[in-house]
Amino acid sequence: MLLTTEDVKKIAYLARLGIDEHDLDSYTKDLSGILDLMAQMKAQNTDGIMPMAHPLDQIQRLRTDAVTETNQRDGFQIIAPHVEEGLYLVPKVIE
Amino acid sequence: MTSSTPENWEAVIGLEIHTQLATVSKIFSGASTAYGAEPNTQACAVDLGLPGVLPVVNADAVHKAVMFGMAIDAHIAPYSIFARKNYFYPDLPKGYQISQMDLPIVGIGHLDIEVDGETKRIGITRAHLEEDAGKSLHESFHGLSGIDLNRAGTPLLEIVSEPDMRSAKEAVAYMRKLHELVRYLGICDGNMQEGSFRCDANVSVRPKGQQVFGTRAEIKNINSFKFVEKAINHEIERQIELLENGGKVVQETRLYDSDKDETRSMRSKEEANDYRYFPDPDLLPVHIDEEFKATIKADLPELPDAKKLRFKNNYQLDNESAGILTASRALADYFEQVVKISTCEAKLCANWITGELSAALNKADLEINDSPVNAERLAGLLRRISDNTISGKIAKQVFEILWQQADTDADGIIEAQGLKQITDTGAIEAIIDKIIADNPGQVEQYRSGKDKVFGFFVGQVMKEMQGKANPAELNKMLKAKLS
Amino acid sequence: MHTKTITALAQGLRDREFSSVELTQHFLARIHQYSELNAYITITEEAALSAAAHADTLLATGNAPTLAGIPIGQKDIFCTLGVKTSCGSKMLDNFIAPYNATVVEKLNQTGAVMLGKLNMDEFAMGSSNENSYYGAAKNPWDIARVSGGSSGGSAVAVAAGLAAAATGTDTGGSIRQPAAFCGITGLKPTYGRVSRFGMIAYASSLDQGGPMTHNAEDAAILLQAMAGFDDKDSTSVNHPIPDYQATLNDSLKGLKIGLPKEFFGEGLSANIATDLHNATQEFQRLGAELIEISMPTLTLAIPAYYVIASAECSSNLSRFDGVRFGYRCENPVDLADLYTRSRGEAFGKEVKRRILMGTYALSAGYYDAYYLKAQKIRRLISEDFKKALAQVDIIMSPVTPTNAFGIGEKTADPVQMYLEDLYTIAINLAGLPAMSIPAGLSAEQEGAPMLPVGLQLIGNYFAEAQLLNVAHQYQQVTDWHQRKPADFQ
Repeated sequence: MLLTTEDVKKIAYLARLGIDEHDLDSYTKDLSGILDLMAQMKAQNTDGIMPMAHPLDQIQRLRTDAVTETNQRDGFQIIAPHVEEGLYLVPKVIE
Repeated sequence: MTSSTPENWEAVIGLEIHTQLATVSKIFSGASTAYGAEPNTQACAVDLGLPGVLPVVNADAVHKAVMFGMAIDAHIAPYSIFARKNYFYPDLPKGYQISQMDLPIVGIGHLDIEVDGETKRIGITRAHLEEDAGKSLHESFHGLSGIDLNRAGTPLLEIVSEPDMRSAKEAVAYMRKLHELVRYLGICDGNMQEGSFRCDANVSVRPKGQQVFGTRAEIKNINSFKFVEKAINHEIERQIELLENGGKVVQETRLYDSDKDETRSMRSKEEANDYRYFPDPDLLPVHIDEEFKATIKADLPELPDAKKLRFKNNYQLDNESAGILTASRALADYFEQVVKISTCEAKLCANWITGELSAALNKADLEINDSPVNAERLAGLLRRISDNTISGKIAKQVFEILWQQADTDADGIIEAQGLKQITDTGAIEAIIDKIIADNPGQVEQYRSGKDKVFGFFVGQVMKEMQGKANPAELNKMLKAKLS
Repeated sequence: MHTKTITALAQGLRDREFSSVELTQHFLARIHQYSELNAYITITEEAALSAAAHADTLLATGNAPTLAGIPIGQKDIFCTLGVKTSCGSKMLDNFIAPYNATVVEKLNQTGAVMLGKLNMDEFAMGSSNENSYYGAAKNPWDIARVSGGSSGGSAVAVAAGLAAAATGTDTGGSIRQPAAFCGITGLKPTYGRVSRFGMIAYASSLDQGGPMTHNAEDAAILLQAMAGFDDKDSTSVNHPIPDYQATLNDSLKGLKIGLPKEFFGEGLSANIATDLHNATQEFQRLGAELIEISMPTLTLAIPAYYVIASAECSSNLSRFDGVRFGYRCENPVDLADLYTRSRGEAFGKEVKRRILMGTYALSAGYYDAYYLKAQKIRRLISEDFKKALAQVDIIMSPVTPTNAFGIGEKTADPVQMYLEDLYTIAINLAGLPAMSIPAGLSAEQEGAPMLPVGLQLIGNYFAEAQLLNVAHQYQQVTDWHQRKPADFQ
């Protein structure tokens, strides 16, 4: 296997993704299998090939600097899990 | 605490300065960037990172970044790429910050600073566009933190210097110079209290003569010139002490505590971060062509260094006055207006602006644009000094009134208060004669070689004439009478 | 009424054969009747009836927009103002969108009546609709089989007559594969043709919305309403939009059709190979010329796609953090707990796999070997298509290697599931338009049910009109697109 359960734990934490202990083995196995599939790319020589990030050769369109948005706080905060005095509340942020 | 590095050590400092670009809307959305609104009232769906919304780049942010690049003589990337910097933090709504990594909009450039009369060139590695984060508020919400995302998405230009500075003093000079420049260009309001101009410092020390850099610590968010100097000096001392006692500097992020004047480790940021930068697939390459650059070049104002040189050459100002007057575009403009309106000698104008006016502004904590005495009224005053209507001393009284009373002008004040200088030699002569007659002892002293007593006579005559005697005339006549 | 095309329904409405309210009630009744198919996540009954009533008043004036009164379904990936937009996930089970996606806005403007939100694989990740938090949408041709994914609910709704037409999105085949499995017509437009604003992102550089309909003519009508430049989407392309119906009847004489040999070899079920052979013969009879072509890098599309899509999704899905909307775990003890538990509890297994995969592919030390390599291969694949499309007008291939497979049959091994996308994902990497049209009804082996077979048409950039023309001409001489599943007549 290409990955260990420790690797998967580390990646999961980087992605802030809770994985149950008893699922770790199956994720490790699945991901190793997928990595095997991805390893097929190694056989292809890609020297000197420009990476392609977008399907079309377009350039970024620029927007005129103008305020077009109005305050929609109430509408946006109805769907929030926890707000008070217009603020989104989260467990204490420690700096 | 001393502010100089011990003889056998050398500090190496690089600065990362975040300037908020003075656009009216955010870098990727049409929400307002105005400071001080009620929490989350200026955070639109894009700023909040709601599902399905997409970023579109603000043209003015790009424009301002390119303007900066041209001002520091930097390479402008014909194609620059926005990348995502991935990490989780509550003030970062999308779980990634849109920034630039491999192809920043502004490449290598430089800025010249002046420290102790010497000019030093500081390299600028790059300047890239990115979005600001929101703010976490730690006031008690039952032990929770409150998140305000109004600031999220405000355009930032992060300006990264080379590790070219060798003292806190140089770092401050660089930061001031940059502050001056971005305000000149009008790309940032420079308001440090509101966080428009923020500084992170990378500091390391090494034994003098050593080529290799020492391990550096990053000091975060130092938001005044005073604190930058103190924080860096403190950090230099801490590192030297550590090394001299056989310790090791750890590469870490530290926070400067201005109350305690110390830096401390930010444990929460110590976890090894892996930002997984990759090109943002929602955004395309930003293309800056020659035409775009030409438009900006045409808009570029005269820059501080060029202006200073011109002031020295055209107005025959000394280095210091020229430096003070060109420290802000507004002050320089004010000076040039006063010279133009008054048609007085530039030196006189410079002395008054850097002296009396600047002191009054400082005392009242005002910027030049808010000066109660505008260029026209000051010019009116200087004109009367120039043509000997009033003396410099009387002029200070007049200035005081100009400062206090908005609807006054110098001529009116001089007229109303009878401050006109007396150049009538007959009137001056009469007073001189009277003073000489009244003070035979002092006359004796002067004639026996005590030159200092001369001042006494000047004072007495001026007192008698309520300061209105033309000082040059008075001096000349007094000398003749006493000899 | 429910088997009629948009064109026929629009005529019926204008001729007062039936009202939009009646039509809408008819579809709503069927949705309830066939709820076992699990096509819909949310049914917007009231809003649909009031939209229908409004359409009827417009129709009465004789001045109604093109889709006035036509009941359609929206894939639950498109944000709909005031309506739950779940994206097939527990994460957004409580998410009432505060805005409309551009596609929704445009369809509303043309008077279409939204019946509800259609089932899909969670965050559009899947090829069977089994990854939906709401359970799999079932294939109306055999309810023990998958509908395909991720736009499974959309395909089922059209195939079973639970909507006149539907929207879908396609990141690696998510319109075309379920269309093939359910025997309908699906079109993935050129990347940038349809706005992505308000369409919840899976892999931003690959995602594209498109129509899922009974036939090519309907696809032309729906695409006409969906397509267009949107200044809210930086990747939206400002390219003229032709009248897609105007060229439907153009002749195919002299059309050069490329058949990539890599797509007709090993791994393709025999019944599909036969059906597609027959289909290509039909095109020959229509005057087209068949040319065998080779596109050697196509075999690398699967690994490249899964690296790129996973990488983009790992970042796109970071915004689901339990802070501003969506699922939040109970009593988080600290920030890390808030994040890991909210995300851990609300994302399904396949979504987690892809987030982990993408996080890994972008992480320090692996970026070059995975992400960068995949982007280079993407370039090679795109170049291969460019070369091929310089040689031929259109490329034809299978959509799927097999018929619709059994529910649960492939869930154990994600790699087996990924291989399902063999014929579709290269097109997304290149950003080209492609269609799936019904081209047969056959069984894989003796005793197995007769199931729809899809034919894929791949065109050049912005050649949607040509694809629709080719598909329409085929549908004039065949009736595969008119076959409907017996149990849902």
